[in-house]
Order: sequence, then C-alpha cells, then structure tokens
Amino acid sequence: MNRRTIRAGIALSLAVLLASALAWTSFTASSQAVAPSALARDGKAGHSYQLTGKVLAGYHRAGDVLLFRVRDRSGPSAQSVLVRYTGAVPDPFRAGREILVTVDRHGASWVGERDSLITKCPSKFAAAKQTT
Amino acid sequence: MITFGRATLLLALALTVFGAGAFIYGGRRERPEWVAAGRRSVFALFGVLTVAMAIIEAAFARSDFSFALVASHSSTTTPRLYQLTSMWSSQEGSLLLWVWLLSGWSSLAMVVARRRAAALMPYAGATLLVFAAFFLGLSNFLANPMTALNPAPAQGTGLQPLLRYPAMAIHPPMLYSGYTLAIVPLAFAVSALISGRVDATWLRQTRRFALGSWLALTFGILLGARWSWSELGWGGYWAWDPVENAALLPWLTGTAALHSLMVQERRGTLRTWNVFLALTTGILAVIGTFLVRSGVLESIHAFGASTLGLPFVVFIALLIATAAGLVAWRREALRSEARLDSLFSREAVFILNNLVLVGMCLVIMWGTFFPLISEALTGKRASVGPPWFGRYTVPLAIALVLLSGIGPLLAWRGSEWRSVRRSFVVPAALALATALAAAFAPLPWSLRAFALFAVAAFTVAAVGQESLRAARARQRSTGRALPLAAFGLVARNRRRYGGFLVHAGFAVMLVGVAASSAFKHVTDARLGPGQSAKVGGYDVRYVRATATYNAEKLSLGAVLDVTRNGKHMWTLRPSRGYYPVADAARFGTLGRWFEGESTSEVGLRADPRRDVWTAVEPDLQPLQSMISGIDKRFPLAGPKIEPLFLQALTERYRLDPPKAAFRFIVSPMVMWVWIGGIGAVLGGLIAIWPAGVRRRVKSPATKPARTTVPVSA
Repeated sequence: MNRRTIRAGIALSLAVLLASALAWTSFTASSQAVAPSALARDGKAGHSYQLTGKVLAGYHRAGDVLLFRVRDRSGPSAQSVLVRYTGAVPDPFRAGREILVTVDRHGASWVGERDSLITKCPSKFAAAKQTT
Repeated sequence: MITFGRATLLLALALTVFGAGAFIYGGRRERPEWVAAGRRSVFALFGVLTVAMAIIEAAFARSDFSFALVASHSSTTTPRLYQLTSMWSSQEGSLLLWVWLLSGWSSLAMVVARRRAAALMPYAGATLLVFAAFFLGLSNFLANPMTALNPAPAQGTGLQPLLRYPAMAIHPPMLYSGYTLAIVPLAFAVSALISGRVDATWLRQTRRFALGSWLALTFGILLGARWSWSELGWGGYWAWDPVENAALLPWLTGTAALHSLMVQERRGTLRTWNVFLALTTGILAVIGTFLVRSGVLESIHAFGASTLGLPFVVFIALLIATAAGLVAWRREALRSEARLDSLFSREAVFILNNLVLVGMCLVIMWGTFFPLISEALTGKRASVGPPWFGRYTVPLAIALVLLSGIGPLLAWRGSEWRSVRRSFVVPAALALATALAAAFAPLPWSLRAFALFAVAAFTVAAVGQESLRAARARQRSTGRALPLAAFGLVARNRRRYGGFLVHAGFAVMLVGVAASSAFKHVTDARLGPGQSAKVGGYDVRYVRATATYNAEKLSLGAVLDVTRNGKHMWTLRPSRGYYPVADAARFGTLGRWFEGESTSEVGLRADPRRDVWTAVEPDLQPLQSMISGIDKRFPLAGPKIEPLFLQALTERYRLDPPKAAFRFIVSPMVMWVWIGGIGAVLGGLIAIWPAGVRRRVKSPATKPARTTVPVSA
C-alpha cells in the first residue's frame, strides 16, 4: 500500500466515524413529530414529542400557564389534546393557527417544554385559489 | 393591466426558451450571431420582468385590490413603505422577485463575460435562462402574481404586521440577491465543464458574483436576526429553524468557495473542489428557496399548503444529476498535478477552513432534513432541536475563527518556522490572556464561550498585526502619515484587507453570539402596576400601563423602570399592537380589533455591554365584558363612533390595568453581533469594490509598479 492509499483510508474511516456519530446523536436527541390524534392514541409518558396541529378557540392563561387545545391540522379526526405551556408565546399565536410545541406527559396532561412553542408565520400561508 | 401583466410573464417565459435555444445552437455550431441573440434575450428578459415588477408595484402603490396579490397582502391602512414591500411577503411576488433579480444579475454577467470570457458565454447564458425558465414556469402556471379578483374588495387584508419593520422590507431582496447571485458561478462552472475550459477563467469571471452572493446573504441573514431580536416577542435572534438554515447552507459553501478559488488562482490546484463548491452553492440556493416555498419541513416560515414542492424536487434532482454527470465526464481535465508544499502554508489553512465550512454545512443540512431522513428510515418523523445543532456547530465555529486568524499569518507555498513563530507570538499571547481573564472573571463557567473568546482575540490580533505591519512598511516607503499609508494600503489591495476586516468582524460577531448565549438571564413574570421582578442584577418595576390607538392598530403596553442597586438606569416601554380585521359586522366594533394579528413592540435598551430586552402580553380577559357589552349594544356603530369606544377602552386599560405577562432578558454583548456583522459586510464591500477606472486604464508599460493590483488574499 502506498502512502496515498493509507491517507485515503484514514480519511475515509474518520469520515465514517464522524457520520456515524452524527447519525447516532441525531436519532437519540430527536423528538418524534406527531399529530394530536396520534399523540392521544399512542403517546407514552417519559417520551418527548413534537406536537404539531391547529390551536382551538378557547385558550386561556391561568397565572403563568397558557392552556390550549390542539387538533389535527387536516383530516377527519376531531380529537384534540390539552397542552399546559409556560414560556414565550409567539406573537402570531391564536385560534386556528398551526403550531409546533415540544411536549411530554405529566400524569394525565401534556406539558409543553419551556419556550418550545412555535407558531407558523401566517403571511407565508398560500392564499386560497382566486377566480380570474 | 392584469392582462398586460400576464402577457409580460408569458413573454418572459418565451424569451427564456428562445434565448436558451439560441445560446446552445450558437455555442454548438459556433455561430456568434445566435450567441448574440441569446445575449440580447437575457437583456430583454430583464426589461420585460422589470415591466412586470413595475405593474405589480404600481398596483400596490395605488391599492388596486383587483389584483388578488394586493388584496391579500396590502391595505389602504398599511404604511406606504410597507405597501411597496408587501409584494415579497407573498409566494407569487417573491417568486417573481427571484426571477427578476436573476435576470438582472444574468444581464450583468453577460456584459462581463462578453468582455472577458466570451467562450464561456453560450452555455453559461443557456444555464442562467434554464433557471429563469423554471421560475417563470412556476410564476405563469402555479403561482401567478397577475391573478385578478372579481369583484375587487373595498379593502385588503394588509401586510402581516410582524413584517412591518424596516429590516424586513429589505431582508427578502437581500437573501434572494444572495441566492440568485450564486447561480452565476454555477452557470459558468457548467459552461466550463461543457466546453472543457476548466482553467481558472470561469473563476475569475464569477469571483465578484460569488462575493456579491456572500455579501447579500450575510447582510440578509443579519437583517433577519436583527428583526427577530427587536421585533419578535420570543427574545432570540437565531432558532435553527429550517428556513434560517436554508440561508446559512449556501453561505457556508459560498464562504468555502471564496477561499478555495484563491488556491486555484495561485496554485492551479483544487479544480474539482472549486467546481463542486460553485455547483453546490447554486443548488443549495435553489434548495433554500424550495424549503421556504414547499412546506416540506415544519418551519415557522413554511407555507401551509403549497403546490410547488414537486416541481422543485424534480428541478433539484435534475440539477444534481446534471452537475454530477458533468463533473464525472470532465474528471480527467479537472485533475490537477500541483500538491501542497507545506502544512504551514496559507493554502493548507484554506483547505482546512474549507473542510470545516463544508463539515458545518453537512451537519446543518443533516439536522435540517432530519425529519425527512428519520421518516424514510424509521417511518416516524422526528426532529432535532437547537442543543443538537449547538453540539456540532460550536466546536466547528471555534475552529473556523481560529483558522481565520492563522491564515493571514502564513505565506503561500509555506512559511519558515522562525517567521511563523514571530507572527504567532502576539496573537497567541493575547488569546491566552483573554482565556485567563475570562476564566477568572465573575462569570459562570462556559468552556465553549471562553474558547471562542480566546480564538477571537487571536484572530483580531492576527489581522490587526498583519495590517499594522504592512501599513508601517508603506509608511516607510511613501513617507506618508500612518493613517494615510493604511488607507492607501487598503485602496491598493482591497481584496486582502477587505478579507481581513471580514475575518475580524466574523470573530467579533461570534464573541457576541457566545456571550449572549452563555450568560443570558431570562425572567418571566406576571405583574401589576407597582410590582417588580429581578433579572440579571436589575430590578424592573411596572410603573403604569399605556394604551393608544390609531387607524392602523391599538397598542396596550407598560412603562417599566429599570434600576440597579436602587439607582435608576432606564425607562422601557414594551407594548403589544393589535391590528383590526375589516369585518365589524361579524366580530363587532371593538371585537374586530382583537380578531386580527397582534405583535410585540419590544422595549429594548442596548449598549455595548448588554441588551435589556422586555416584552409584554396584556391580559385581555378582564376587558372582555366591556368589549362584548359595547359590541352587543351598538352592533351598527360606524367609523365615526368607533373612536369613542376605543377611547373608552384605552382609558379603562390605563386607569385600571389588569396584570400583564412580561418577559425580561438581560443578554450581554448582543450589540457585538451587529457590530461584527456590519464589520464583515463592510469588509465584503471593500473586497468587492472595483478598482478605480483611472488605475485600470493606465498602461502597465508606463508605470508598472503602481498599476499592478496585487491578487493576494
């Protein structure tokens, strides 16, 4: 084996090692994205989920806690889950908006991770089809 | 006018098809008249698209709601500046902006190429027009900005209030300039591969476009971060959102390309790598646009229901396949024989810096696309958050800052050990002193932040030392005062010293990022007037409520008194703006003011040491009975009576304010993020600034020593 092959082998092994570390850490550190209906059905305590759906009307604050229900973004399911959340509330947050929030189960309710609430920017939503 | 506008878009599409065909035919058959026709098509495309842009801007300016685009993104109450910039808050408008900018840069590229790289023009022009054709196809058939609304409404929806911020008016054009400028090097790389002219000519012709792309992306990203910090109510400037990352990816590969092309210019090596970087940066620019437009990833910015995903996927797949095929086809011609002479050479550092930048790009790309990767591998969509990104990008950023300091200290081809030692002494000593000072300062322990402070000190000292050394040498040779000598030095070698300023600015910016991330204090509190909260050594007292209104919005806020050890420091005035919806019949005279968008107006006190940031979220519950009572009693109150009710409501809020939710943040050195960023942008401007006409026209034969422009980095 010449030096060039050895160098290429070392570089390749290093790249594979780093790529494996990247893949391993991303899988272990990730939160599964779920819709409210799936969370209500399959959500387990001790797991962290990224809940994505639409906010229902009737959300309110109880002290520092924001309580809101989220339903599936689309589809027939009327199932919704209640989220107890503390932390920064994005400006566009309101009923009907699509949100993402990292939640985990505390007893019977879902608790939002502090400052994890994201509301999709409504300006970016495609307009409904217009007539010409 | 709408029909005329539609015709301009169709004509523009026809021009791209004709122009691309003319270029390819002219290039293959060596028919210059066809190449000239292709070139004229590019200019005509820019002209036609300028007319289309003017039609839409005019419609926004006169609030012509017969344009669906205007009705859904502007209103008569939207301030004039934002009426004019509303166009790019929409999908249709931003796609048109993309292709208009591309046509402008393509025209400029044609002018430059005609003078200096005529042989590359046919296929480069054809490639640019293929990109334009794709975006015009979307504009014509899937997201047409010239769609009519019949009957036209009396009032429009208005621009999303969050976007009514000066930085946001220019943020999208900056990012899109960055994206579209990156297509020019890609097009010339494609042309070089097709024509087999893979020497450094294509690089020299597109270097300024690559630098322009970098500059526009840097400025665009900075503007977005500034907007997030001072306008959004969450208290941060970077969230590792897919769309933020989308702009960062081509920035990283573009930065790598700007360094590696110098190695090819100087040493003739890295041919394949440079072609790869030019192609990758251009493709990442399209992927960036795709991420925003497709809604393929969950993002704060993503479209909810876009139909553009599939065309983008097909186009990107074709781009990748074509690029890979061309590189494979020309792999023999791309091979370079020159090798690294020394590890202590500038080119060795540039190669390392390229590896770090591309590594960072891969990490961010993996994290950004992880939901799709995870879904493909496990069937479950999962995503990674900011801590995961930080785990990899922080060490890479530390390495990058260090390399940006080492590079200027080393010579091309290699440096003698004695000279290396001499150059490194002062920067290394300063880095060590900074690390020790940080470790013994009364700060929470943060290895990453301290390491970043140390390497930033090294880099700033290194570029300062090299600049001072060169300025002193010039002072000795010209006899001028040091500032004049330094100015002359920069003017004669803009690329080198512009680059130095970029390195220093980048280091300073990352010091700001490290300090503001590691040593930030955040407090959330629910306070009534007279009550206080503590944050980062400050006492913040809610003094009184504020409430105002005008035709655009209703503002409810607070006056806060910030003290330290009993001494008054500042008064802050955060508020929340409520923007009404037009439908009073449905939501009520007062109710309509709370059914629209609401935005935070941050109360911010910034100085070089720290930013004190506050946002308020008023509790509307106690006002609800008053709002619904008035709406019930006076369902038909017109615009003349409405101000009376608003007056009563604001008076009530001022005199009897309910408790409000506050977020207080004390974040050190945030201002250095902007100062460093502006420094980097200024450095980029110096580097891109063309040599003066006087210097260019002087004959080298008459004054060779003074007319030669050094090409070092």
